[in-house]
Amino acid sequence: MAYAQDLSALLLSGERRHFGASPAFLKRRRLIGLVMRGILFTAAALSIFVTLGIVYVLVSESAKFFAHVSIFDFLFDTEWTPVFENPRFGIITLISGTFMSSLIALMVAVPLGTILAIYLSEYANSRVREIIKPCLELLAGIPTVAFGYFALLFLTPIFQIFIPGLSGFNLLVPGIVMGIMILPYIVSVSEDAMRAVPASLREGAYALGFSKLQTALRVIIPGAFSGVTAAYILGMSRAVGETMVVAIAAGQQARIAYNPLEGAATITAYIVQMSLGDLPHGSLAYLTIFAAGLTLFLMTFVFNIIAFWLRHKYREVY
Amino acid sequence: MAALQNSLKAIDPLSRDRRGSPEDLTTEDVTVQDSVSIPTPEASAAMSDPVSHDQKAASGGPRRAEVKDLSFFYGDKQALWGVSLPIADRKVTALIGPSGCGKTTLLRCFNRMHDLYPGNRYEGEIRLYPEDVNIVSRDIDPMSVRLRIGMVFQKPNPFPKSVFENVASGLWVRGVRQKSIVSERVEWALQRAALWDEVKDRLRDSAYGLSGGQQQRLCIARALAPEPDMLLLDEPTSALDPVATARIEGLMMELASMVTIVIVTHNMQQAARVSDYTAFMYLGKIIEFGPTTTLFTTPNDPRTQDYITGRFG
Amino acid sequence: MTDRTLQMPPSTMPRIDERSLVQKAKRSDGCFEIVGLAVLVVSMFVLLALIFDFMADGLARIDYNFLINFPSRHPGQAGILSAWVGTTMVMVTTTFLAVPLGVAAGIYLEEYATKNLINDLIEINVTNLAGVPSIIYGLLALGLFVQTLGLGEIVLVAGMTLALLILPIIIVATREALRSIPLEIREAAYGLGADKWQAIRMYLLPAARPGILTGAIVGMSRAIGETAPLITIGALTFIAFLPPAPIQLEFPFINFDWLFSPFTAMPIQMFNWISRPQAGFHINAAATGLILLAMTLLMNGFAIWLRYRIRSKQ
Repeated sequence: MAYAQDLSALLLSGERRHFGASPAFLKRRRLIGLVMRGILFTAAALSIFVTLGIVYVLVSESAKFFAHVSIFDFLFDTEWTPVFENPRFGIITLISGTFMSSLIALMVAVPLGTILAIYLSEYANSRVREIIKPCLELLAGIPTVAFGYFALLFLTPIFQIFIPGLSGFNLLVPGIVMGIMILPYIVSVSEDAMRAVPASLREGAYALGFSKLQTALRVIIPGAFSGVTAAYILGMSRAVGETMVVAIAAGQQARIAYNPLEGAATITAYIVQMSLGDLPHGSLAYLTIFAAGLTLFLMTFVFNIIAFWLRHKYREVY
Repeated sequence: MAALQNSLKAIDPLSRDRRGSPEDLTTEDVTVQDSVSIPTPEASAAMSDPVSHDQKAASGGPRRAEVKDLSFFYGDKQALWGVSLPIADRKVTALIGPSGCGKTTLLRCFNRMHDLYPGNRYEGEIRLYPEDVNIVSRDIDPMSVRLRIGMVFQKPNPFPKSVFENVASGLWVRGVRQKSIVSERVEWALQRAALWDEVKDRLRDSAYGLSGGQQQRLCIARALAPEPDMLLLDEPTSALDPVATARIEGLMMELASMVTIVIVTHNMQQAARVSDYTAFMYLGKIIEFGPTTTLFTTPNDPRTQDYITGRFG
Repeated sequence: MTDRTLQMPPSTMPRIDERSLVQKAKRSDGCFEIVGLAVLVVSMFVLLALIFDFMADGLARIDYNFLINFPSRHPGQAGILSAWVGTTMVMVTTTFLAVPLGVAAGIYLEEYATKNLINDLIEINVTNLAGVPSIIYGLLALGLFVQTLGLGEIVLVAGMTLALLILPIIIVATREALRSIPLEIREAAYGLGADKWQAIRMYLLPAARPGILTGAIVGMSRAIGETAPLITIGALTFIAFLPPAPIQLEFPFINFDWLFSPFTAMPIQMFNWISRPQAGFHINAAATGLILLAMTLLMNGFAIWLRYRIRSKQ
């Protein structure tokens, strides 16, 4: 009773009280809050600087490169021999190696990944899913250099038994191995997209008499189309950027890659090869790795933007 | 007995006499009701006990299906308790009741929707006539049930395809793919759903371009195209505006002349407008069942009375 | 008024054979289930084959000497001492850089950021950086840290590079962890009169800790296996010395010289040995790979278990 009287007296008196928190304390607390916010913002903004840094380094070094080599030659020459007497700088050569190996990777990962994603989202019960998803994560966590070893020293000899023309360094085996490597990503993103398809659509299909497979193929996949495509493109991006598997198992021969049974250098393998050697800073050979890097960055950047746009597009449809 | 049947049949023509709009229910219908408003002893016995022996008499005609002592369990939780209900052939049967009473649960038993999710269990029977088969039996594949019994959902759910492909999908899945037949059936179904005139020039456009009411009629057409024995409607107009609602209600009466309809609705007035028979459910049981006009004007059970007058629900 | 006929026109619906439809559906569904399982088995088989291959090739090679020897021209005498010490030092640096930065950025993006241009830009950037190939980070480090800043091929640069590489992982993990904090905890924190930073520091961060830890482990596991950026920086592959020890006997007992020393790392050593023609080196590579595999599988497995525990607590 007395307490209530005190309280009402306090309130009526008009004094501003903070019940234990002095104005000084609150001011300090506010200041700390602002400072922390600034620090946190700086940390977040760092990502912009990283991108800017990447772009700056790649562009500035490439600019020095293009001072010596015409862009036309760079894009359309058909040989890549930067360390020869008369160096040639046809990036198409390296791109063809990257492209061929990535294509093989996709040819493995897209069908397997899509089937697995459908299986996980439409067929498998939750217990099966609980086991499979961690296994895929483990697969995704294996260092790429280990996959490289596996490709060169285990799989290639085995494949050579069945494919006589297969040379020690080739694009087929690393391509397949890269396919297995990107499988978890494709499954994960596709499955997310499929599970995002509303239950009402599924029920509508089953109510019409659709079988599970028909529902998956005719309703779910069209419904998850953007997300599934985004998964494929992300996989492609990953395969294009992959370094160690191809550096180890695809050889260093820079040539236009017509034949997957023979090895060919990819953009990434080339950069590694050059970095291993002695590169005088500022030399043309040194600059080539930045030009190659810029090409690679642009390729993956375009893929990532498309995939990003696709993924966010499907989220709005429903 | 014959006299009772005749008088109840006199109520039947409600389905024939109804015009397009609900407002056309005239007092004439009520007069017909009045002529049998004094129930005979057998009739009152039949009406007070929803599970009457004289089912034919209570439902006034041949049955398309019959729910026999059906219980349903979501895992361990029981949701339906010994439900019994006749479904008259080519009539509209409405299930009404407050939310949570089990009407949607019961509806989804008819086409085995519950089988899509693990842990659900049926006890008892739903017999489909004339085959006289228990469609909730484990021996019957859910897909074969769904090939005969179609459903329209609360929220329109067209597939991400064109209008034409949506309506044709039920046919495609049944192996009917010949272009001429499919085109004809699609047009027929869209006509029956009163959507043809509005979409005949945009059959190839995406179904998502239609309005809500149009999409729902599209879903009705889609369910109709394969000519199901029975059509289940789960609160089909609750997501629509009054104009669209009225249009679909107008459809229902004439649709019933072709296909048996079971409709769940939380809107009593809608049930009164469109259905021939109504079952009032509460807490997973059928409290009362009978011809719609009887149920709404002279319900037997006080709970029915309370619900109808809006005391609860 | 539309014509409402009672009469049904003669049905144009052809007869359907329900039984065969159902049978066909059952068969195709069963078939697909088998195919799905087969794909699963194949993927798991590859995983197991890889593990067994390393064990078969390399397990026998791992012994005490292997762990304490420096690399040598003779495969039998070569060891991974400089490699695993280097890896450890680089990993410590990476973690110390990436975790605070990543968590801070994640907190900002999840708790403070409003919908404006800068914040959208930051988000897009983080997503984009997650997809940039690791070798590009190496080029960034080479151009910026090694050359422009003149730091050289040292542990610190390697740590910085890998930290930038795994930053998106930490940021995303932090955001996910904060996002999944139950509303009750947030309401309780603010209800007690905490301001934003207090709520984060005293209530939200602790609640998000397991999730952040999971992300940190996944990030570290990724960083341990990264080879390409380190090669690009110029990490050497034949180092027969160790970076200076961090702990010393005189005051102040800790020195940071090791940060500025050249180094090598296990994946690099492994790569170097694979590239040699002699089979003996391949065995060494397998042994190194086995250790790397064990580490990454253990770390990832731990992270998976942590995530499972978090989820079951919710």
